[in-house]
Amino acid sequence: MATEAHGAAEPGLVFHPMDQFMVKPLFGEGAVGIFTLTNVTLWMALTVAAIFALLVLGTAGRATIPSRTQSIAELAYDFVRKMVEDVAGKDGLVFFPYIMTLFLFILFANVLGLLPMAFTTTSHIAVTAVLAMMVFLTVTIVGFVRHGAGFLSLFWVSSAPLPLRPVLALIEVISYFVRPVSHSIRLAGNMMAGHAVVKVFAAFAPMIIISTGIGLLVTPLSILAIATIYALELLVAFIQAYVFTILTCVYLKDALHPHH
Amino acid sequence: MASEAQAADHVTESATGLPQLDFSTFGNQIFWLLVTLVVIYFILSRVALPRIAAVLAERQGTITNDLAAAEDLKAKAVEAEEAYKKALADARAEAQKIVAETKAAIKADLDRANVKADQEIAARTAEGEKALAEIRDGALDAVRDVAKDVAAELVSVMGGKADGRSVTAAVNARMKG
Repeated sequence: MATEAHGAAEPGLVFHPMDQFMVKPLFGEGAVGIFTLTNVTLWMALTVAAIFALLVLGTAGRATIPSRTQSIAELAYDFVRKMVEDVAGKDGLVFFPYIMTLFLFILFANVLGLLPMAFTTTSHIAVTAVLAMMVFLTVTIVGFVRHGAGFLSLFWVSSAPLPLRPVLALIEVISYFVRPVSHSIRLAGNMMAGHAVVKVFAAFAPMIIISTGIGLLVTPLSILAIATIYALELLVAFIQAYVFTILTCVYLKDALHPHH
Repeated sequence: MASEAQAADHVTESATGLPQLDFSTFGNQIFWLLVTLVVIYFILSRVALPRIAAVLAERQGTITNDLAAAEDLKAKAVEAEEAYKKALADARAEAQKIVAETKAAIKADLDRANVKADQEIAARTAEGEKALAEIRDGALDAVRDVAKDVAAELVSVMGGKADGRSVTAAVNARMKG
């Protein structure tokens, strides 16, 4: 089908915008088992390395007057800590290392995924769904452990008129269970769409080799588009990490303080 | 057939559907994700976050200390200025006191000298007056003696005999008059 068409149109434009998302073994060919070293392993390891470089090597000086790298590490620390404190409250600070882990992992996975030839781990629903489910389970467990059945008051909007409350409760319950879905698909979808769009424009870029006439117009335009989308993607990479983190804080606030 | 083989070859390189929905890779991704998250969590909670927290706290402490030290120094400067002003005022008061004391001492000396001088003058005056009175008394006696002598002589020249008592009485009566 589509693959046949690709094989046939040898000199034409080659569109494989989804190939970048394929999970492949690092060494050799074959099926991907659970413990196989894949490009997922590689890029997650690079994420860990980048986080280690910034937060551990960058702060090795422990300088009172920080170096640039240390400033960035401190900035990230303050940024997330303030977010947790402002949104989830002081008692949410217990979860600060956990939320910092989520934020840094998503941020670095997103940004590293923007490197040419990179693999974006956060573009996979398998990854983001696990992240979102972890948050969902944490929030639910913490909510019930802290407040017992009182956590259910989250769904009972006491400020609404009494006849409306059962209806609202139903809506609240549904929205509560939809949270992890939207939480994960938002991140994966943003990453996937942006990267795919860049790849599509990239496929248009060599047009000038095939047809000089059309290429004179299409090639510069597509290169400009790649640059523009890339800049946008850098922004999206940060914003999605931020959105994921702040939503985690908001959900956590529900668990810690279910009474609105 | 050949093209099909080619296509089959291609499958390893090119995605047939959404790679995100290829469930055969889910286990692998989830496993490595969990490993990654655990590693990051331990790096952060064991090393990075406590270290950054310590650095930030230390910086805050340094800033607070420096501010306190500055406040201290400022207070000390104010204190020093006050002490200086006080010393100046004290010195001025001391000087005024000395001036007043000296003035008083000089005045006392002067008064004492005046009193002494007055006393001396009074003493001298009294002495002089006494001398004068003596001289005057002496003169009166002399006048009386001379008058008696002259009266006696006159009486004897006129041929009378002058007895001393009546001459004296007569002279005394004359001199009273």
